[in-house]
Amino acid sequence: MDGWFANVDWAEIGQASLDTLIMLGGSLVASIALGLPLGVLLFLTGKRQLLEQSVVYAILSFVVNVLRSLPFIILLIVMIPFTVVLVGTSLGVAGAIPPLVVGTAPFFARLVENALREVDRGVIEASQAMGASTRQIVFGVLLPEAMPGLIAGATVTAIALVSYTAMAGVIGAGGLGDLAVRFGYQRFQTDVMVVTVVLLLVLVQLLQMFGDRLVARLSRR
Amino acid sequence: MIEFQGVYKDYAGTRALHPLDLSIERGEVFGVIGRSGAGKSTLLRSINRIERPSGGRVRVGGADVTALDDEGLRTLRRRIGMIFQHFNLLASKTVAQNVAFPLRLAGQPRAAIAARVRELLERVGIAAHADKYPAQLSGGQKQRVGIARALASAPEVLLCDEATSALDPETTASVLNLLGELNRELKLTIVLITHEMDVIRRVCDRVAVLDAGHLVESGSVADVFLHPRHETTRRFVLEAEHVDDRERRADLARAHGRVVRLTFRGEATYAPLLGRVARASGVDYNILAGRIDRIKDTPYGQLTIALSGGDVETALRAFADAGVHVEEVA
Ligand SMILES: Nc1ncnc2c1ncn2[C@@H]1O[C@H](COP(=O)(O)OP(=O)(O)O)[C@@H](O)[C@H]1O
Ligand SMILES: [Mg+2]
Repeated sequence: MDGWFANVDWAEIGQASLDTLIMLGGSLVASIALGLPLGVLLFLTGKRQLLEQSVVYAILSFVVNVLRSLPFIILLIVMIPFTVVLVGTSLGVAGAIPPLVVGTAPFFARLVENALREVDRGVIEASQAMGASTRQIVFGVLLPEAMPGLIAGATVTAIALVSYTAMAGVIGAGGLGDLAVRFGYQRFQTDVMVVTVVLLLVLVQLLQMFGDRLVARLSRR
Repeated sequence: MIEFQGVYKDYAGTRALHPLDLSIERGEVFGVIGRSGAGKSTLLRSINRIERPSGGRVRVGGADVTALDDEGLRTLRRRIGMIFQHFNLLASKTVAQNVAFPLRLAGQPRAAIAARVRELLERVGIAAHADKYPAQLSGGQKQRVGIARALASAPEVLLCDEATSALDPETTASVLNLLGELNRELKLTIVLITHEMDVIRRVCDRVAVLDAGHLVESGSVADVFLHPRHETTRRFVLEAEHVDDRERRADLARAHGRVVRLTFRGEATYAPLLGRVARASGVDYNILAGRIDRIKDTPYGQLTIALSGGDVETALRAFADAGVHVEEVA
Protein backbone atom coordinates (compact mmCIF):
# COMPACT_ATOMS: atom_id res chain seq x y z
CA MET A 1 0.00 0.00 0.00
CA ASP A 2 2.59 2.55 1.11
CA GLY A 3 4.47 2.03 -2.11
CA TRP A 4 1.50 2.81 -4.27
CA PHE A 5 -0.01 5.60 -2.20
CA ALA A 6 3.21 7.22 -0.90
CA ASN A 7 1.87 10.76 -1.06
CA VAL A 8 -1.54 10.08 0.34
CA ASP A 9 -2.20 11.56 3.76
CA TRP A 10 -5.27 9.59 4.80
CA ALA A 11 -6.17 11.97 7.60
CA GLU A 12 -6.20 14.81 5.13
CA ILE A 13 -8.28 12.73 2.71
CA GLY A 14 -10.72 12.06 5.55
CA GLN A 15 -10.99 15.76 6.38
CA ALA A 16 -11.43 16.65 2.71
CA SER A 17 -14.13 14.01 2.30
CA LEU A 18 -15.94 15.40 5.32
CA ASP A 19 -15.67 18.94 3.91
CA THR A 20 -17.10 17.76 0.61
CA LEU A 21 -19.98 16.02 2.34
CA ILE A 22 -20.75 19.11 4.44
CA MET A 23 -20.64 21.37 1.38
CA LEU A 24 -22.81 18.93 -0.51
CA GLY A 25 -25.34 18.44 2.29
CA GLY A 26 -25.54 22.11 3.22
CA SER A 27 -25.91 23.39 -0.31
CA LEU A 28 -28.31 20.60 -1.30
CA VAL A 29 -30.63 21.40 1.59
CA ALA A 30 -30.45 25.14 0.83
CA SER A 31 -30.90 24.58 -2.93
CA ILE A 32 -34.01 22.52 -2.33
CA ALA A 33 -35.33 24.98 0.23
CA LEU A 34 -34.99 27.81 -2.31
CA GLY A 35 -35.51 25.91 -5.54
CA LEU A 36 -38.68 24.07 -4.54
CA PRO A 37 -40.79 27.18 -3.84
CA LEU A 38 -39.26 28.90 -6.86
CA GLY A 39 -40.15 25.91 -9.05
CA VAL A 40 -43.69 25.78 -7.66
CA LEU A 41 -44.05 29.49 -8.38
CA LEU A 42 -42.72 29.02 -11.90
CA PHE A 43 -45.25 26.27 -12.46
CA LEU A 44 -48.22 28.09 -10.96
CA THR A 45 -47.62 31.35 -12.82
CA GLY A 46 -47.05 29.55 -16.12
CA LYS A 47 -49.40 29.61 -19.08
CA ARG A 48 -52.86 28.17 -18.35
CA GLN A 49 -51.93 27.25 -14.79
CA LEU A 50 -53.65 27.99 -11.50
CA LEU A 51 -52.12 31.44 -10.87
CA GLU A 52 -51.29 32.37 -14.45
CA GLN A 53 -49.22 35.60 -14.31
CA SER A 54 -47.31 36.01 -17.52
CA VAL A 55 -45.19 38.97 -16.32
CA VAL A 56 -44.16 37.27 -13.09
CA TYR A 57 -43.42 34.08 -15.00
CA ALA A 58 -41.32 35.92 -17.59
CA ILE A 59 -39.22 37.64 -14.90
CA LEU A 60 -38.67 34.49 -12.84
CA SER A 61 -37.89 32.50 -15.92
CA PHE A 62 -35.38 35.09 -17.11
CA VAL A 63 -33.54 35.18 -13.77
CA VAL A 64 -33.42 31.38 -13.67
CA ASN A 65 -32.07 31.24 -17.22
CA VAL A 66 -29.37 33.84 -16.54
CA LEU A 67 -28.15 32.03 -13.43
CA ARG A 68 -28.21 28.71 -15.21
CA SER A 69 -26.34 29.91 -18.27
CA LEU A 70 -23.54 31.51 -16.22
CA PRO A 71 -20.56 29.12 -16.11
CA PHE A 72 -20.18 28.04 -12.50
CA ILE A 73 -16.53 29.04 -12.29
CA ILE A 74 -17.52 32.63 -13.21
CA LEU A 75 -20.36 32.60 -10.72
CA LEU A 76 -17.87 31.55 -8.03
CA ILE A 77 -15.77 34.64 -8.67
CA VAL A 78 -18.64 37.08 -9.20
CA MET A 79 -20.24 35.93 -5.96
CA ILE A 80 -17.17 36.57 -3.75
CA PRO A 81 -18.25 40.03 -2.45
CA PHE A 82 -21.80 38.82 -1.73
CA THR A 83 -20.52 35.70 -0.04
CA VAL A 84 -18.33 37.79 2.27
CA VAL A 85 -21.32 39.91 3.26
CA LEU A 86 -23.49 36.82 3.71
CA VAL A 87 -21.24 34.45 5.70
CA GLY A 88 -18.26 36.64 6.59
CA THR A 89 -15.76 34.84 4.39
CA SER A 90 -15.43 33.63 0.84
CA LEU A 91 -13.12 30.80 1.89
CA GLY A 92 -13.62 27.34 3.29
CA VAL A 93 -16.74 25.28 3.42
CA ALA A 94 -18.91 28.19 4.60
CA GLY A 95 -17.69 30.41 1.79
CA ALA A 96 -18.47 27.78 -0.81
CA ILE A 97 -22.09 27.24 0.10
CA PRO A 98 -23.61 30.55 -1.16
CA PRO A 99 -22.25 30.26 -4.72
CA LEU A 100 -23.16 26.56 -4.79
CA VAL A 101 -26.72 27.38 -3.81
CA VAL A 102 -27.04 30.25 -6.27
CA GLY A 103 -25.68 27.95 -8.97
CA THR A 104 -27.98 25.01 -8.31
CA ALA A 105 -31.22 26.40 -6.83
CA PRO A 106 -32.39 27.77 -10.23
CA PHE A 107 -31.41 24.47 -11.85
CA PHE A 108 -33.46 22.54 -9.31
CA ALA A 109 -36.33 25.03 -9.69
CA ARG A 110 -36.52 24.25 -13.40
CA LEU A 111 -36.56 20.51 -12.67
CA VAL A 112 -39.36 21.09 -10.15
CA GLU A 113 -41.36 23.06 -12.72
CA ASN A 114 -40.97 20.23 -15.24
CA ALA A 115 -41.90 17.56 -12.70
CA LEU A 116 -45.06 19.48 -11.76
CA ARG A 117 -46.01 19.82 -15.39
CA GLU A 118 -46.03 16.03 -15.61
CA VAL A 119 -48.90 15.91 -13.13
CA ASP A 120 -52.11 15.02 -14.94
CA ARG A 121 -54.18 18.18 -15.55
CA GLY A 122 -57.31 16.14 -14.99
CA VAL A 123 -56.25 15.42 -11.41
CA ILE A 124 -55.78 19.13 -10.72
CA GLU A 125 -59.16 19.80 -12.26
CA ALA A 126 -60.79 17.08 -10.18
CA SER A 127 -59.32 18.68 -7.05
CA GLN A 128 -60.69 22.07 -8.07
CA ALA A 129 -64.05 20.46 -8.62
CA MET A 130 -63.86 19.13 -5.03
CA GLY A 131 -63.43 22.67 -3.76
CA ALA A 132 -59.68 22.58 -3.09
CA SER A 133 -57.89 25.92 -2.70
CA THR A 134 -54.68 26.55 -4.62
CA ARG A 135 -52.71 25.96 -1.43
CA GLN A 136 -54.45 22.63 -0.87
CA ILE A 137 -53.79 21.66 -4.46
CA VAL A 138 -50.06 22.45 -4.13
CA PHE A 139 -49.54 20.52 -0.90
CA GLY A 140 -52.19 17.83 -1.28
CA VAL A 141 -51.98 17.09 -4.99
CA LEU A 142 -49.08 18.60 -6.94
CA LEU A 143 -46.20 17.80 -4.59
CA PRO A 144 -47.31 14.25 -3.64
CA GLU A 145 -48.21 13.36 -7.25
CA ALA A 146 -44.91 14.73 -8.55
CA MET A 147 -42.82 13.21 -5.73
CA PRO A 148 -40.96 10.63 -7.86
CA GLY A 149 -40.06 13.36 -10.35
CA LEU A 150 -39.01 15.72 -7.56
CA ILE A 151 -36.75 13.07 -6.01
CA ALA A 152 -35.24 12.32 -9.41
CA GLY A 153 -34.62 16.07 -9.81
CA ALA A 154 -33.01 16.30 -6.38
CA THR A 155 -30.73 13.38 -7.30
CA VAL A 156 -29.60 15.09 -10.50
CA THR A 157 -29.06 18.29 -8.51
CA ALA A 158 -27.01 16.50 -5.85
CA ILE A 159 -24.78 14.97 -8.49
CA ALA A 160 -24.31 18.31 -10.20
CA LEU A 161 -23.37 19.70 -6.79
CA VAL A 162 -20.63 17.09 -6.35
CA SER A 163 -18.85 18.41 -9.40
CA TYR A 164 -19.52 22.01 -8.38
CA THR A 165 -17.98 21.38 -4.94
CA ALA A 166 -14.90 20.08 -6.71
CA MET A 167 -14.75 23.31 -8.73
CA ALA A 168 -15.32 25.40 -5.62
CA GLY A 169 -12.19 23.74 -4.29
CA VAL A 170 -10.22 25.80 -6.79
CA ILE A 171 -11.09 29.06 -5.03
CA GLY A 172 -10.13 27.69 -1.63
CA ALA A 173 -13.25 25.93 -0.48
CA GLY A 174 -11.42 22.78 0.59
CA GLY A 175 -12.79 19.33 0.06
CA LEU A 176 -11.80 16.56 -2.30
CA GLY A 177 -11.68 18.81 -5.37
CA ASP A 178 -9.25 21.08 -3.62
CA LEU A 179 -6.97 18.12 -2.79
CA ALA A 180 -7.09 16.90 -6.32
CA VAL A 181 -6.03 20.28 -7.65
CA ARG A 182 -3.42 21.18 -5.04
CA PHE A 183 -1.67 17.83 -4.82
CA GLY A 184 -2.76 15.77 -7.75
CA TYR A 185 -2.47 18.48 -10.38
CA GLN A 186 -0.05 21.12 -9.10
CA ARG A 187 2.42 18.69 -7.48
CA PHE A 188 1.95 15.79 -9.86
CA GLN A 189 0.95 13.45 -7.05
CA THR A 190 -1.02 11.10 -9.26
CA ASP A 191 -1.91 8.81 -6.35
CA VAL A 192 -3.72 11.63 -4.53
CA MET A 193 -5.53 12.43 -7.73
CA VAL A 194 -6.62 8.82 -8.16
CA VAL A 195 -7.86 8.50 -4.58
CA THR A 196 -9.91 11.71 -4.74
CA VAL A 197 -11.39 10.86 -8.12
CA VAL A 198 -12.35 7.39 -6.91
CA LEU A 199 -13.98 8.84 -3.80
CA LEU A 200 -15.95 11.38 -5.87
CA LEU A 201 -17.02 8.58 -8.19
CA VAL A 202 -18.21 6.44 -5.30
CA LEU A 203 -20.11 9.41 -3.91
CA VAL A 204 -21.89 10.02 -7.22
CA GLN A 205 -22.73 6.31 -7.56
CA LEU A 206 -24.18 6.19 -4.05
CA LEU A 207 -26.29 9.29 -4.65
CA GLN A 208 -27.66 7.89 -7.89
CA MET A 209 -28.44 4.52 -6.36
CA PHE A 210 -30.14 6.05 -3.35
CA GLY A 211 -32.16 8.40 -5.57
CA ASP A 212 -33.23 5.64 -7.94
CA ARG A 213 -34.37 3.43 -5.09
CA LEU A 214 -36.40 6.20 -3.55
CA VAL A 215 -38.03 6.98 -6.89
CA ALA A 216 -38.88 3.32 -7.44
CA ARG A 217 -40.40 3.05 -3.97
CA LEU A 218 -42.55 6.14 -4.44
CA SER A 219 -43.79 5.35 -7.96
CA ARG A 220 -47.35 4.09 -8.02
CA ARG A 221 -47.98 4.14 -11.75
CA MET B 1 -82.07 22.77 -9.41
CA ILE B 2 -79.78 23.96 -12.21
CA GLU B 3 -80.67 26.76 -14.53
CA PHE B 4 -78.88 28.20 -17.53
CA GLN B 5 -79.95 31.59 -18.78
CA GLY B 6 -78.38 32.84 -21.98
CA VAL B 7 -75.12 31.06 -21.15
CA TYR B 8 -72.42 31.20 -23.80
CA LYS B 9 -68.69 30.65 -24.00
CA ASP B 10 -66.01 32.05 -26.29
CA TYR B 11 -62.48 30.69 -26.52
CA ALA B 12 -60.09 33.20 -28.05
CA GLY B 13 -62.66 34.64 -30.40
CA THR B 14 -64.38 31.41 -31.42
CA ARG B 15 -67.74 30.57 -29.90
CA ALA B 16 -67.73 27.12 -28.32
CA LEU B 17 -71.20 27.48 -26.87
CA HIS B 18 -73.97 29.70 -28.26
CA PRO B 19 -76.38 31.37 -25.84
CA LEU B 20 -78.67 28.72 -24.42
CA ASP B 21 -81.38 28.34 -21.82
CA LEU B 22 -81.81 25.08 -20.00
CA SER B 23 -83.42 23.99 -16.80
CA ILE B 24 -82.56 20.79 -14.93
CA GLU B 25 -84.97 19.59 -12.27
CA ARG B 26 -84.07 18.34 -8.81
CA GLY B 27 -83.77 14.55 -8.71
CA GLU B 28 -83.69 13.90 -12.43
CA VAL B 29 -81.01 12.35 -14.59
CA PHE B 30 -80.33 14.84 -17.33
CA GLY B 31 -78.25 13.88 -20.34
CA VAL B 32 -76.45 16.05 -22.84
CA ILE B 33 -75.45 14.37 -26.07
CA GLY B 34 -73.26 15.71 -28.84
CA ARG B 35 -70.30 14.93 -31.03
CA SER B 36 -66.75 15.53 -29.88
CA GLY B 37 -66.19 19.28 -29.76
CA ALA B 38 -69.90 20.10 -29.60
CA GLY B 39 -69.41 21.97 -26.32
CA LYS B 40 -70.66 19.33 -23.87
CA SER B 41 -67.78 19.63 -21.42
CA THR B 42 -67.89 23.41 -21.62
CA LEU B 43 -71.57 23.29 -20.69
CA LEU B 44 -71.07 20.80 -17.87
CA ARG B 45 -68.06 22.61 -16.42
CA SER B 46 -69.93 25.89 -16.26
CA ILE B 47 -72.12 24.31 -13.57
CA ASN B 48 -69.28 24.17 -11.02
CA ARG B 49 -67.42 26.96 -12.81
CA ILE B 50 -64.36 24.92 -13.64
CA GLU B 51 -64.97 26.87 -16.84
CA ARG B 52 -66.34 30.37 -16.46
CA PRO B 53 -69.02 31.26 -19.03
CA SER B 54 -68.29 34.33 -21.14
CA GLY B 55 -71.81 35.54 -20.49
CA GLY B 56 -75.18 34.56 -19.15
CA ARG B 57 -76.14 33.20 -15.78
CA VAL B 58 -75.89 29.74 -14.20
CA ARG B 59 -77.89 29.06 -11.06
CA VAL B 60 -77.53 26.01 -8.83
CA GLY B 61 -80.21 25.66 -6.17
CA GLY B 62 -81.00 29.34 -6.49
CA ALA B 63 -77.42 30.57 -6.06
CA ASP B 64 -75.89 32.48 -8.97
CA VAL B 65 -72.73 30.49 -9.71
CA THR B 66 -71.41 33.15 -12.06
CA ALA B 67 -71.35 35.75 -9.26
CA LEU B 68 -69.70 33.74 -6.46
CA ASP B 69 -66.41 34.81 -4.85
CA ASP B 70 -63.61 32.26 -4.29
CA GLU B 71 -64.86 31.11 -0.90
CA GLY B 72 -68.44 30.85 -2.11
CA LEU B 73 -67.27 28.90 -5.12
CA ARG B 74 -65.38 26.37 -2.97
CA THR B 75 -68.46 25.90 -0.79
CA LEU B 76 -70.62 25.38 -3.88
CA ARG B 77 -68.17 22.87 -5.34
CA ARG B 78 -68.41 20.76 -2.21
CA ARG B 79 -72.12 20.40 -2.93
CA ILE B 80 -71.45 19.22 -6.49
CA GLY B 81 -69.67 15.93 -7.18
CA MET B 82 -67.91 15.29 -10.46
CA ILE B 83 -66.62 12.20 -12.26
CA PHE B 84 -64.51 12.03 -15.39
CA GLN B 85 -63.80 9.94 -18.46
CA HIS B 86 -60.25 9.24 -17.31
CA PHE B 87 -61.20 8.99 -13.63
CA ASN B 88 -58.61 11.59 -12.52
CA LEU B 89 -57.64 9.75 -9.34
CA LEU B 90 -54.54 10.64 -7.36
CA ALA B 91 -51.97 8.04 -8.38
CA SER B 92 -49.93 8.58 -5.21
CA LYS B 93 -52.82 7.81 -2.90
CA THR B 94 -54.66 4.58 -2.12
CA VAL B 95 -58.31 4.03 -2.94
CA ALA B 96 -59.30 4.91 0.63
CA GLN B 97 -57.07 8.00 0.63
CA ASN B 98 -58.57 9.13 -2.66
CA VAL B 99 -62.07 8.88 -1.28
CA ALA B 100 -60.97 10.59 1.93
CA PHE B 101 -59.40 13.47 0.01
CA PRO B 102 -62.46 15.74 -0.37
CA LEU B 103 -63.28 15.18 3.31
CA ARG B 104 -59.76 16.17 4.33
CA LEU B 105 -60.05 19.26 2.15
CA ALA B 106 -63.19 20.16 4.08
CA GLY B 107 -61.29 19.71 7.34
CA GLN B 108 -63.34 16.86 8.79
CA PRO B 109 -62.01 14.93 11.80
CA ARG B 110 -60.04 11.76 11.10
CA ALA B 111 -62.38 9.29 12.78
CA ALA B 112 -65.40 10.63 10.93
CA ILE B 113 -63.49 10.42 7.65
CA ALA B 114 -62.51 6.78 8.17
CA ALA B 115 -66.07 5.74 8.91
CA ARG B 116 -67.48 7.68 5.96
CA VAL B 117 -64.86 6.25 3.58
CA ARG B 118 -65.71 2.70 4.60
CA GLU B 119 -69.40 3.36 4.06
CA LEU B 120 -68.77 4.89 0.62
CA LEU B 121 -66.53 2.05 -0.53
CA GLU B 122 -69.19 -0.44 0.54
CA ARG B 123 -71.80 1.58 -1.32
CA VAL B 124 -69.97 1.40 -4.65
CA GLY B 125 -68.77 -2.18 -4.12
CA ILE B 126 -65.00 -1.76 -3.86
CA ALA B 127 -64.42 -2.11 -0.12
CA ALA B 128 -62.05 -5.02 -0.84
CA HIS B 129 -59.69 -2.71 -2.71
CA ALA B 130 -59.42 0.05 -0.10
CA ASP B 131 -55.65 -0.20 0.28
CA LYS B 132 -54.75 -0.63 -3.38
CA TYR B 133 -53.41 2.12 -5.58
CA PRO B 134 -55.39 3.24 -8.65
CA ALA B 135 -52.81 1.69 -10.99
CA GLN B 136 -53.76 -1.74 -9.59
CA LEU B 137 -57.45 -1.37 -10.53
CA SER B 138 -59.48 -1.99 -13.68
CA GLY B 139 -61.26 0.87 -15.44
CA GLY B 140 -64.61 0.01 -13.93
CA GLN B 141 -63.14 -0.17 -10.44
CA LYS B 142 -61.40 3.17 -10.94
CA GLN B 143 -64.67 4.78 -11.95
CA ARG B 144 -66.29 3.36 -8.83
CA VAL B 145 -63.55 5.01 -6.77
CA GLY B 146 -64.26 8.21 -8.68
CA ILE B 147 -67.95 7.91 -7.83
CA ALA B 148 -67.24 7.21 -4.15
CA ARG B 149 -64.95 10.25 -4.05
CA ALA B 150 -67.58 12.41 -5.75
CA LEU B 151 -70.20 11.29 -3.22
CA ALA B 152 -67.98 11.81 -0.17
CA SER B 153 -69.27 15.23 0.76
CA ALA B 154 -72.89 14.14 0.21
CA PRO B 155 -73.51 16.38 -2.79
CA GLU B 156 -76.92 17.17 -4.21
CA VAL B 157 -75.67 17.11 -7.79
CA LEU B 158 -73.36 14.73 -9.64
CA LEU B 159 -71.73 15.84 -12.89
CA CYS B 160 -70.49 13.07 -15.19
CA ASP B 161 -68.12 14.03 -18.00
CA GLU B 162 -68.14 11.05 -20.40
CA ALA B 163 -67.90 8.83 -17.33
CA THR B 164 -68.35 5.59 -19.27
CA SER B 165 -66.58 6.48 -22.52
CA ALA B 166 -63.37 4.71 -21.53
CA LEU B 167 -65.14 1.55 -20.37
CA ASP B 168 -66.14 -1.65 -22.17
CA PRO B 169 -69.88 -2.25 -22.74
CA GLU B 170 -70.35 -4.58 -19.79
CA THR B 171 -68.60 -2.25 -17.35
CA THR B 172 -70.48 0.68 -18.84
CA ALA B 173 -73.75 -1.09 -18.04
CA SER B 174 -72.74 -1.74 -14.44
CA VAL B 175 -71.57 1.84 -13.88
CA LEU B 176 -74.80 3.17 -15.41
CA ASN B 177 -76.80 0.88 -13.13
CA LEU B 178 -74.92 2.26 -10.16
CA LEU B 179 -75.67 5.83 -11.25
CA GLY B 180 -79.35 4.91 -11.61
CA GLU B 181 -79.38 3.46 -8.09
CA LEU B 182 -77.72 6.52 -6.63
CA ASN B 183 -80.26 8.73 -8.37
CA ARG B 184 -83.16 6.77 -6.90
CA GLU B 185 -81.80 6.09 -3.44
CA LEU B 186 -80.02 9.35 -2.68
CA LYS B 187 -82.35 11.57 -4.73
CA LEU B 188 -79.20 12.71 -6.44
CA THR B 189 -79.58 15.05 -9.40
CA ILE B 190 -77.31 13.75 -12.16
CA VAL B 191 -76.11 15.64 -15.21
CA LEU B 192 -74.21 13.45 -17.64
CA ILE B 193 -72.68 14.18 -20.99
CA THR B 194 -71.90 11.55 -23.60
CA HIS B 195 -71.62 10.93 -27.30
CA GLU B 196 -73.59 7.66 -27.07
CA MET B 197 -77.37 7.61 -27.37
CA ASP B 198 -77.37 4.25 -25.65
CA VAL B 199 -76.09 5.82 -22.42
CA ILE B 200 -78.87 8.41 -22.60
CA ARG B 201 -81.47 5.73 -23.29
CA ARG B 202 -80.46 3.64 -20.29
CA VAL B 203 -80.36 6.15 -17.48
CA CYS B 204 -81.61 9.59 -18.45
CA ASP B 205 -85.03 11.10 -17.90
CA ARG B 206 -84.48 14.06 -20.14
CA VAL B 207 -81.92 14.91 -22.77
CA ALA B 208 -80.54 17.91 -24.61
CA VAL B 209 -78.79 17.61 -27.96
CA LEU B 210 -75.82 19.85 -28.65
CA ASP B 211 -74.59 20.40 -32.18
CA ALA B 212 -71.57 22.61 -32.83
CA GLY B 213 -72.29 24.69 -29.73
CA HIS B 214 -76.02 25.03 -30.42
CA LEU B 215 -78.73 23.44 -28.31
CA VAL B 216 -80.81 21.92 -31.11
CA GLU B 217 -83.31 19.74 -29.30
CA SER B 218 -84.35 18.81 -25.79
CA GLY B 219 -87.13 16.97 -24.07
CA SER B 220 -87.99 13.67 -22.42
CA VAL B 221 -85.74 10.87 -23.60
CA ALA B 222 -88.70 8.93 -24.98
CA ASP B 223 -89.88 11.87 -27.08
CA VAL B 224 -86.44 12.74 -28.38
CA PHE B 225 -85.37 9.15 -28.91
CA LEU B 226 -88.52 7.87 -30.56
CA HIS B 227 -89.38 10.98 -32.54
CA PRO B 228 -86.17 12.86 -33.22
CA ARG B 229 -86.77 16.16 -35.00
CA HIS B 230 -83.28 17.47 -35.66
CA GLU B 231 -80.99 15.82 -38.18
CA THR B 232 -78.20 15.40 -35.61
CA THR B 233 -80.55 13.68 -33.19
CA ARG B 234 -81.81 11.40 -35.93
CA ARG B 235 -78.28 10.30 -36.70
CA PHE B 236 -77.55 9.55 -33.03
CA VAL B 237 -80.67 7.40 -32.88
CA LEU B 238 -79.78 5.47 -36.03
CA GLU B 239 -76.31 4.87 -34.65
CA ALA B 240 -77.76 3.52 -31.43
CA GLU B 241 -79.90 1.13 -33.45
CA HIS B 242 -76.91 0.10 -35.56
CA VAL B 243 -78.82 0.97 -38.69
CA ASP B 244 -77.28 2.22 -41.88
CA ASP B 245 -79.40 5.15 -43.02
CA ARG B 246 -78.90 4.56 -46.75
CA GLU B 247 -79.69 0.84 -46.60
CA ARG B 248 -82.86 1.59 -44.66
CA ARG B 249 -83.97 4.13 -47.26
CA ALA B 250 -83.34 1.61 -50.05
CA ASP B 251 -85.36 -1.04 -48.22
CA LEU B 252 -88.28 1.32 -47.73
CA ALA B 253 -88.21 2.39 -51.38
CA ARG B 254 -88.77 -1.23 -52.41
CA ALA B 255 -91.83 -1.72 -50.19
CA HIS B 256 -95.36 -1.79 -51.61
CA GLY B 257 -98.33 -0.02 -50.03
CA ARG B 258 -98.48 2.59 -47.28
CA VAL B 259 -95.36 2.58 -45.16
CA VAL B 260 -95.89 3.67 -41.56
CA ARG B 261 -93.88 3.59 -38.37
CA LEU B 262 -95.74 2.48 -35.27
CA THR B 263 -94.38 3.38 -31.87
CA PHE B 264 -95.65 1.46 -28.86
CA ARG B 265 -94.85 2.63 -25.35
CA GLY B 266 -95.29 0.97 -22.00
CA GLU B 267 -97.74 -1.92 -21.78
CA ALA B 268 -98.94 -1.40 -25.37
CA THR B 269 -95.58 -2.83 -26.37
CA TYR B 270 -96.66 -6.30 -25.35
CA ALA B 271 -100.26 -6.24 -26.67
CA PRO B 272 -100.96 -8.54 -29.66
CA LEU B 273 -102.32 -5.57 -31.60
CA LEU B 274 -100.97 -6.07 -35.09
CA GLY B 275 -102.84 -9.28 -35.94
CA ARG B 276 -106.06 -8.07 -34.37
CA VAL B 277 -106.07 -4.85 -36.40
CA ALA B 278 -105.16 -6.70 -39.58
CA ARG B 279 -108.02 -9.19 -39.17
CA ALA B 280 -110.53 -6.45 -38.34
CA SER B 281 -109.62 -4.20 -41.26
CA GLY B 282 -108.63 -6.83 -43.77
CA VAL B 283 -105.23 -5.24 -44.51
CA ASP B 284 -102.09 -7.16 -45.18
CA TYR B 285 -98.98 -6.05 -43.40
CA ASN B 286 -95.35 -6.60 -44.11
CA ILE B 287 -92.79 -5.84 -41.38
CA LEU B 288 -89.83 -3.91 -42.78
CA ALA B 289 -87.98 -3.07 -39.57
CA GLY B 290 -88.60 -3.55 -35.91
CA ARG B 291 -87.13 -3.14 -32.49
CA ILE B 292 -88.25 -3.72 -28.96
CA ASP B 293 -86.23 -2.26 -26.12
CA ARG B 294 -86.38 -0.09 -23.03
CA ILE B 295 -85.93 3.58 -22.36
CA LYS B 296 -84.80 3.63 -18.74
CA ASP B 297 -87.60 1.49 -17.21
CA THR B 298 -90.22 1.90 -19.90
CA PRO B 299 -90.49 -0.73 -22.63
CA TYR B 300 -91.12 0.49 -26.15
CA GLY B 301 -91.45 -1.03 -29.57
CA GLN B 302 -91.01 0.56 -32.93
CA LEU B 303 -92.20 -1.21 -36.07
CA THR B 304 -91.98 -0.01 -39.63
CA ILE B 305 -94.63 -1.82 -41.67
CA ALA B 306 -96.10 -1.65 -45.17
CA LEU B 307 -99.91 -1.88 -45.31
CA SER B 308 -101.77 -2.96 -48.44
CA GLY B 309 -105.28 -4.11 -49.41
CA GLY B 310 -108.33 -3.80 -47.15
CA ASP B 311 -109.23 -0.64 -45.31
CA VAL B 312 -105.89 1.03 -44.50
CA GLU B 313 -107.50 4.13 -42.98
CA THR B 314 -109.49 2.06 -40.50
CA ALA B 315 -106.39 0.13 -39.57
CA LEU B 316 -104.44 3.34 -38.91
CA ARG B 317 -107.28 4.70 -36.78
CA ALA B 318 -107.41 1.45 -34.82
CA PHE B 319 -103.70 1.74 -34.04
CA ALA B 320 -104.07 5.36 -32.94
CA ASP B 321 -107.07 4.43 -30.75
CA ALA B 322 -104.97 1.76 -29.04
CA GLY B 323 -102.49 4.46 -28.02
CA VAL B 324 -99.93 3.65 -30.66
CA HIS B 325 -98.14 6.56 -32.28
CA VAL B 326 -98.55 6.34 -36.07
CA GLU B 327 -96.19 8.12 -38.40
CA GLU B 328 -96.17 8.03 -42.20
CA VAL B 329 -92.77 7.22 -43.58
CA ALA B 330 -92.13 8.98 -46.87
N1 LIG C 1 -59.41 25.63 -23.04
C1 LIG C 1 -59.82 25.76 -24.33
N2 LIG C 1 -59.21 26.64 -25.15
C2 LIG C 1 -59.62 26.79 -26.42
N3 LIG C 1 -60.62 26.09 -26.99
C3 LIG C 1 -61.26 25.19 -26.23
C4 LIG C 1 -60.89 24.97 -24.85
N4 LIG C 1 -61.71 24.02 -24.35
C5 LIG C 1 -62.53 23.66 -25.35
N5 LIG C 1 -62.28 24.36 -26.48
C6 LIG C 1 -63.00 24.25 -27.75
O1 LIG C 1 -64.37 24.43 -27.52
C7 LIG C 1 -65.13 23.50 -28.24
C8 LIG C 1 -66.01 22.68 -27.32
O2 LIG C 1 -65.19 21.89 -26.49
P1 LIG C 1 -65.76 20.87 -25.43
O3 LIG C 1 -66.77 21.55 -24.58
O4 LIG C 1 -64.62 20.24 -24.73
O5 LIG C 1 -66.48 19.81 -26.37
P2 LIG C 1 -66.98 18.33 -26.05
O6 LIG C 1 -66.87 18.09 -24.59
O7 LIG C 1 -68.36 18.31 -26.56
O8 LIG C 1 -66.09 17.42 -26.84
C9 LIG C 1 -64.16 22.66 -29.05
O9 LIG C 1 -64.11 23.18 -30.34
C10 LIG C 1 -62.85 22.86 -28.34
O10 LIG C 1 -61.79 22.80 -29.25
MG1 LIG D 1 -65.68 16.68 -23.54
